[in-house]
Amino acid sequence: MGRRDGFLIWPREPAAARPVSERLSDHHEFVEALGAEQRTQQAGRCMDCGIPFCHQGCPLGNRIPDFNHKLWQGDLRAAWEILKETNGFPEFTGRICPAPCEAACVLAIDKAPVTIELIEKELADEAFRHGWEVPRPPPRRTGRRVAVVGSGPAGLSAADQLNRAGHTVVVFEKADRIGGLLRYGIPDFKLEKPVIDRRVALLEAEGITFRTGIDIGRTLTWTDLRAAHDAVLICIGAERARRLEAPGADLPGVHPAMDYLTQQNRQNAGETVPDRIHAAGRHVVILGGGDTGSDCLGTALRQGAASVTQVEILPEPPADRAATNPWPRWPLVRRRSSSQEEGGQQQFALQTRRLVGDTHLTGLELEAVRPDGGRLIPVEGTGQHWHADLLLLAMGFLGPELHDLQKEFALAATARGTIAVDPHFATAIPGLFAAGDAVRGASLVVHALSQGRECAAAVDAWLRGRPSVLPTRGVDLSFG
Amino acid sequence: MRPEPFGLYNPVHEHDACGVAFVADLQGRRPHGTVHTALEVLERLAHRGAAGRDPRTGDGAGILVQVPHAYLAEVAGCALPPPGDYAVGTVFLPPEPAAQAACIALIEAGVVAEGQTVLGWRDVPVDARALGAEALASMPRIRQLFVGRQRCVPSAFERRLFVIRRTLELRIRAAGVDPQRHFHIASLSAETLVYKGMLLGSQLRGFFPDLSDPRFGSGLAVVHARFSTNTFPSWARAQPLRYVAHNGEINTVAGNRGWMEARRRQLLSSRFDGSLDDLWPIIDPEGSDSAQFDNLLELLHLAGRTLPQAISLMIPEAWEHDPSLDPARRALLAYSAALMEPWDGPAAMVFANGHHVGATLDRNGLRPARWVLTRDRVVLASECGVVDVPVGEVLARGRLEPGRIFLVDLETGRVLMDGDVKAELATRQPYGRWLARNVIHLDALPAVAPPTPLTGRAQLRQLSAFGYAEEDLDLILAPMALEGHEPVGSMGNDTPLAVLSRKAPILFDYFHQAFAQVTNPPIDPIRERVVMSLATAVGPEGNPFEETAEQCHQLVLEGPVLTPEALARIRVVEAGAFVPRTLSLLYPAEAQPEGMEAALEALLVAAAAAVDEGVNLVVLSDRGVDSEHLPLPALLAVAAVHHHLVRVGCRTQVGLVVETAAAWQVHHIALLVGFGAAAVHPWLAMDAIAERWPATESIPRYIASLEQGLLKVMSKMGVSTLQSYRGAGLFEAVGLDAALVARHFTGTSTRLGGVGFGVLHAETVERHARGFAEDAVGSVLPVGGKYRWRRQGEHHQWNPRTVALLQAAVRQGDAALFAEYEAALDAGPELRGFLLPQAGTPIPLAEVESAAAIARRFVTGAMSFGSISAEAHETLAIAMNRLGGRSNSGEGGEEPHRQVLDPNGDSRKSSIRQVASARFGVTTEYLVQAEDLQIKIAQGAKPGEGGQLPGDKVDARIARVRCSTPGVTLISPPPHHDIYSIEDLAQLIYDLRAVNPHARISVKLVAQAGIGTVAAGVAKAGADVVVVAGGNGGTGASPLSSIQHAGVPWEMGLAEVQQVLRFNGLRDRIRVQVDGGLRTGRDVVVAALLGAEEFGFATAALISEGCLLLRKCHQNTCSTGIATQDPRLRARFTGKVEHVVQFFMFVADSVRQRLAALGLRSLEEAIGRVDRLAAAAPQDEKAHALDLAPLLAEPRGPHTTARFCTGFVERDDKRHLDVGLIAEALVGPHKPPRVELTRTIRNTDRAVGARLSGEIVRRFGAEGLGEDRIVVDFQGSAGQSFGAFLAPGVTFRLAGETNDGLGKGLSGGRIAVFPPAGSTLTSEEQVITGNAALYGATRGEAYLSGRAGERFAVRNSGARAVVEGLGQHGCEYMTGGVVVVLGLTGRNFAAGMSGGVAYVFDEQGDFASRCNRSGLELSELADGDTWVVRMLIQNHVRFTKSPLGQRLITHWARVREQFVKVMPVEYRRALELQRTGDLKEAS
Repeated sequence: MGRRDGFLIWPREPAAARPVSERLSDHHEFVEALGAEQRTQQAGRCMDCGIPFCHQGCPLGNRIPDFNHKLWQGDLRAAWEILKETNGFPEFTGRICPAPCEAACVLAIDKAPVTIELIEKELADEAFRHGWEVPRPPPRRTGRRVAVVGSGPAGLSAADQLNRAGHTVVVFEKADRIGGLLRYGIPDFKLEKPVIDRRVALLEAEGITFRTGIDIGRTLTWTDLRAAHDAVLICIGAERARRLEAPGADLPGVHPAMDYLTQQNRQNAGETVPDRIHAAGRHVVILGGGDTGSDCLGTALRQGAASVTQVEILPEPPADRAATNPWPRWPLVRRRSSSQEEGGQQQFALQTRRLVGDTHLTGLELEAVRPDGGRLIPVEGTGQHWHADLLLLAMGFLGPELHDLQKEFALAATARGTIAVDPHFATAIPGLFAAGDAVRGASLVVHALSQGRECAAAVDAWLRGRPSVLPTRGVDLSFG
Repeated sequence: MRPEPFGLYNPVHEHDACGVAFVADLQGRRPHGTVHTALEVLERLAHRGAAGRDPRTGDGAGILVQVPHAYLAEVAGCALPPPGDYAVGTVFLPPEPAAQAACIALIEAGVVAEGQTVLGWRDVPVDARALGAEALASMPRIRQLFVGRQRCVPSAFERRLFVIRRTLELRIRAAGVDPQRHFHIASLSAETLVYKGMLLGSQLRGFFPDLSDPRFGSGLAVVHARFSTNTFPSWARAQPLRYVAHNGEINTVAGNRGWMEARRRQLLSSRFDGSLDDLWPIIDPEGSDSAQFDNLLELLHLAGRTLPQAISLMIPEAWEHDPSLDPARRALLAYSAALMEPWDGPAAMVFANGHHVGATLDRNGLRPARWVLTRDRVVLASECGVVDVPVGEVLARGRLEPGRIFLVDLETGRVLMDGDVKAELATRQPYGRWLARNVIHLDALPAVAPPTPLTGRAQLRQLSAFGYAEEDLDLILAPMALEGHEPVGSMGNDTPLAVLSRKAPILFDYFHQAFAQVTNPPIDPIRERVVMSLATAVGPEGNPFEETAEQCHQLVLEGPVLTPEALARIRVVEAGAFVPRTLSLLYPAEAQPEGMEAALEALLVAAAAAVDEGVNLVVLSDRGVDSEHLPLPALLAVAAVHHHLVRVGCRTQVGLVVETAAAWQVHHIALLVGFGAAAVHPWLAMDAIAERWPATESIPRYIASLEQGLLKVMSKMGVSTLQSYRGAGLFEAVGLDAALVARHFTGTSTRLGGVGFGVLHAETVERHARGFAEDAVGSVLPVGGKYRWRRQGEHHQWNPRTVALLQAAVRQGDAALFAEYEAALDAGPELRGFLLPQAGTPIPLAEVESAAAIARRFVTGAMSFGSISAEAHETLAIAMNRLGGRSNSGEGGEEPHRQVLDPNGDSRKSSIRQVASARFGVTTEYLVQAEDLQIKIAQGAKPGEGGQLPGDKVDARIARVRCSTPGVTLISPPPHHDIYSIEDLAQLIYDLRAVNPHARISVKLVAQAGIGTVAAGVAKAGADVVVVAGGNGGTGASPLSSIQHAGVPWEMGLAEVQQVLRFNGLRDRIRVQVDGGLRTGRDVVVAALLGAEEFGFATAALISEGCLLLRKCHQNTCSTGIATQDPRLRARFTGKVEHVVQFFMFVADSVRQRLAALGLRSLEEAIGRVDRLAAAAPQDEKAHALDLAPLLAEPRGPHTTARFCTGFVERDDKRHLDVGLIAEALVGPHKPPRVELTRTIRNTDRAVGARLSGEIVRRFGAEGLGEDRIVVDFQGSAGQSFGAFLAPGVTFRLAGETNDGLGKGLSGGRIAVFPPAGSTLTSEEQVITGNAALYGATRGEAYLSGRAGERFAVRNSGARAVVEGLGQHGCEYMTGGVVVVLGLTGRNFAAGMSGGVAYVFDEQGDFASRCNRSGLELSELADGDTWVVRMLIQNHVRFTKSPLGQRLITHWARVREQFVKVMPVEYRRALELQRTGDLKEAS
């Protein structure tokens, strides 16, 4: 553990960030490094609880107290090795995870959890800085061939693990670059893309083949893919976005959030982007109060929007936990994203009645809603008109695009529209496995990474016909 | 004559203790008066014996006398030759005529076969009218056999008689002519004769009319009254035995017997013509520990040793750490150690043959024995005052001292003191020279380079393959290597038994350490280190019948843990006759499941062959594991080789050393030694340490930690020396196959059976694969997760899910969440999960008793105020009081204001008050306020161990309630210093009942094999409730190895207790409470069906008020504000009474629903209905191997029908001396005027003053009556606990002497004891009081004009005392008060003293060498001290008229410089801080 009474001596030090005015002027990351001394102190706040709720709270099963302990002892390398044991890509989770571990930290009861996510980021960055992250190809190849379809977080983590187990892995990606949602869905100010590039380069050096621009089901049939491999993993994400069912939804000036975010990321990467959706000088409304909405908010502010308003249909969450939402569960409270700290406004409990505009969006009509027995119903006489000339739709995702897949295989879907798998990630088709958002529905990157790893272990066991040699996150004793 | 095992009961666990005495004539006469007096003594020791269910059936009593020739010659019915030419035997025979005739025929043939003649038989007259039904039902026919001596000298005659007797015992048993096993020869000798039976001491005289015949004379009489932990018919088990009468318990008897087996081939004596082989086993494994001791003593004596010689060989004094010992005596003891391991345990051992009678005490003086000498006789007994001797006739009084022998030569009439006896023994042979020439010391051997340590990946592979986890390095090895101590943890163990674990646990994990409870005391291995020894000898032993120089040709080691260098030297030692050989423990990895057993059997053959080839030093080694080779578990190998060599009779020809990777922590080393290894080299652990930390410091620290831990493991079983611990097998296996255990861990209990070689092999393979599987991925060790929950690690019942569910359920009042919580726990891998309640005809829920009624059976576990915060403690108390259940104070006292109700009617009072070993805050007020007084014998987290509350947790408030000083560390001793045996427990119960006749008295035990018989003893000792705690539970801080490895689950303990109580017909008189890991309604129902009436919850209740199992209780950093005294953290406490109440109501509701499904209307209907439980058939291979039937066994017998307690037994002692005092002194409701009373007192008047004090404090509060309102002048010998809990305002003056426990818990009264008028003896040379005087005293004064026994003022926290000399361990653990010693102190003075001051008059100037100076300062008196000391001595003179005191006052100016002030450094600093005001009063 850290220092016995560390948590009483040192307060939680949140991540230092560049000032808002400065960071709005570029698209680079803004979280700054802690520095060795601070980092050690912050790790020293860890109490090494007999029951580390954080360790359950982390979907990867990261052994948080163990790496904190090593860090506190000054053994950065040992800390990193413990982290790597359960998390192949801590440089991703250290940047873009909402840190359910911190929500479950015992010190979070008093709202000052250990800065686990930041420590994770620093460990990852230090490892690259010290040159510990070097290609470690498996000592032996099993001769089994595995195809992973989709190079988002689930696909990458599954490919990484299967490769470690000695299987020959090919990753297929329909886009022209590797990374899926990581690359295109997450703004650079949260995750700069060289971070992905250096990871992909390592994976390639370790023997994984990446094939981009191949849309399975179109460029190549699923059937052929299956025939050419001992196992196929479907990690295609949940790209089907929820649509706005309101008159005027097809007006110019109305765009899905993903289109908007992708464009900016491509722009940052130096690509030429035709028909750019740009917020400069515009009055922007974002429908959707979640992470994607916040990403749009930060991007719009950086583009120089005249105003940005983020609208959430659900009521404003409470500032503190409700009695029915006790620690260590995920706190259902009002929280401010880093983009919300940068500017813009948030509105709650409003729904869109219709969009206004002739040739282009000029505004929208909204009305208040209130919950009523699990549903939201409009409140009479609350209609209002807002001026807007750019509307971004960030209302969530409905599930994976299964159309092509189901043409070839009788693949079962769940009621939620995701791929049905057994506890070992197997679909009903032998050799066909699925993981990530395609199975879980749109969710956190860390869940996708975790599913990729767990799925890899299941596939490895299936290929070997005996227990997998890959580590797993262990039992799941979640607290709801 | 003892019952067969059934269920979980095994008769080997019986214990007994007693009163013992002898009377010897010093004039060479054989008067009847000796016998008469001895019987009177026995009658006055009646309270030390016991009766069972039937008050008229005693546990046994008897007398040993010289053959009363004059009497026998007249009554024998046959002509007797002169004394010495014939022997007489007392023979128990079957009452059935046919069986009796068959036995007699065999006996007569046996006598003739040895060349002797049968002179005749005599029916011993008996008068059985006074006997109880059970004694009567099992009564044998008692006859005396007369055997004529033929063709042998008298000394050879005794050997012939022994051969006859032993042959007959074997033959009659084998012939099966006596199916009821009545046959027993109580004695058969030409010198002594035994009369005994299943009697009360008071019945002996009447039962045997012979004893009252004036013609029946003897120069000596040894008497004994037995207190057994059971009431099974046991005429044969009564004592005296043939040579001894024993009060105490031999803890190591199994090992001692084993070692005698091992010596079988070496046992050659020219004195026995034939081989002893025909008489084997010499030590009857079915005999009691005392009987087995008697067996060996008899053999050693008949083979030529004198009784004192044999006794000092078997019970040597503690010599190892006593530099003041005479060198010749030291050499004798060192030489004796080479011959034989001590028989270790509490013992007042009286021994006699026709010529000598004597007694000795164990090395730690754990039993009392007092003697009084007159011109014509000497009486030695467990108590003083058992015989009335006119003052003028007393020549001397004394007490037996630890390890010392007291001997009477009946022929010369001389009384020999220890010094004389030992001096004679020490000069018989040139022991010193023998030792110097033969003993080999390690550093004298040539240095040899050890193997190169493994590092890096190669080491990692080995660590993985041997089952190390990362936490073993971080949590176990690191603290040992860096800080030099074993790691401490808290909050118990909620992981599965090894047999239910799926994580391939190592073999060590299947074994649980045994520990002492009630029937013998654990030792404090730190504060009483002087009596312990880790010395170990490697190498062959010789014939213990002989004394030759070669017998000490052994390699002697200071301790059993070897460095690489040490093993390298030993491995090649060829000095003298040493022939070492290494045997490998590896076997092929491709072996099939049978491979392990085959490899083991091959090893056994190799080991035996090696011995035959002359090898006398075997090293078992598991070095060299690689991808092709698996290791046999080192423990299995050691135990198997040890027992195999014992079986073939050559074990003592060879020394056994283990070089193993498998052992790294204390438990492992303890097991290897406990199953026979002389020394252990944990090579891989040492390699791992050496790679991580600088070896020159870390390895010695690691060894020191292991050895300190080993001392602790030994001491928790009450074993002092490693030599006795070795091979004693003081462990219980849980989940191992019975056949495997029987063969390779012979004698160890494994009551539920379990896994065998197949699983052990598979688990070895699984661990091996972690290190050597071809494609193992990863470069770190497995996480383990045994000590802290980890997702990848071992299962824990308390985990994020169950804790979060429970808290959410109780806070939200959500029954659905509680159901989810229960389901998650009930599915966990625990024994109770396999005990399925069998549904009956369900009844409507409304017909089941209310939840409120059920909740009244709930209690919370003992957690002291101090270990947890006031907020947490009081929340539990209020909740339990609202529920009508009971909360438990724990052992930290209780603030008196909690007696006052809150404005809303809530009560913060703990209705259960603990009386634990430290007696913190145990004042008269505390006791009288209790509804339930709980004597904590052991606690689940660390049975057999003491505890410590670090000074930084002792704030002003805690200090006040514990009667101590803020900032000063508080130590709880491992034993209660007034409970070293079962009859001591009875005494403490008697004391507590005297002070508070209205409280229930409960006794808390921890589950282990044998708890049932202890519980039966507890019932017989007069307790109202017995608490069975599981070995896993426990909220307290404790060494991790104890949390994990001591005690067994409550299911086993509870089932055994229920079975044995029922079997003994005692169940109806005592309630059974269970705790230690109860969590759900299912747990309550299973516990009820197994026999529990009340149910304790600790951890679950804590979680309900906010505990998150941080396991930081020992660090004062609990962030939930529970287990901490830090005000910053206490402010974070969020627990609510309502949450705790909600938890218990949820459990009660769950119980109701389950009862309804079972068709039972109340919990009472469920209690003890084991017939409503069925064993599940688990799918899991490991669990499937368990045999759960013993848990569900039901005893059959005449008195077994009661399944629960039918009502409390009326135990009020209306003859208590205080009854009259109260009647005279406390008249009316107001404080009385001053009264002065006089009384005569005798040893049967016990706890005098306790009842009076309880009454005073109940009526007038803790401040009692004020100064000197009641003054009582006593005359005589006071019984135990004189002046116990004496309240302010009461003064006792006693002209005479007292027994043990004077001023126990003194709470403000004053006691003065002085010699009676007319005594001419020098007071400072006479013993005036017994052991453990002023134990736990908190206030008051004591003036004793004479010497005291051992442990004077132990745990005194406030009393002031003056005494004229004392025994060993004086002022031990003292935390406050003042003690002035005007005479000599024994060894180890002030051990563990952390507060208070002692002033010792050190006339000889050598006091410092007898003082345990750790943490103490010795200084001269300062001016302030002078005033105090002088005032106290003046008081002493005023109250006792002490001539010594008077002398000192007269010469004060001169003598004051000879006083030494003894003061703990920590205490002085705390006082200074207090003065400067740095320690603020806590809120």
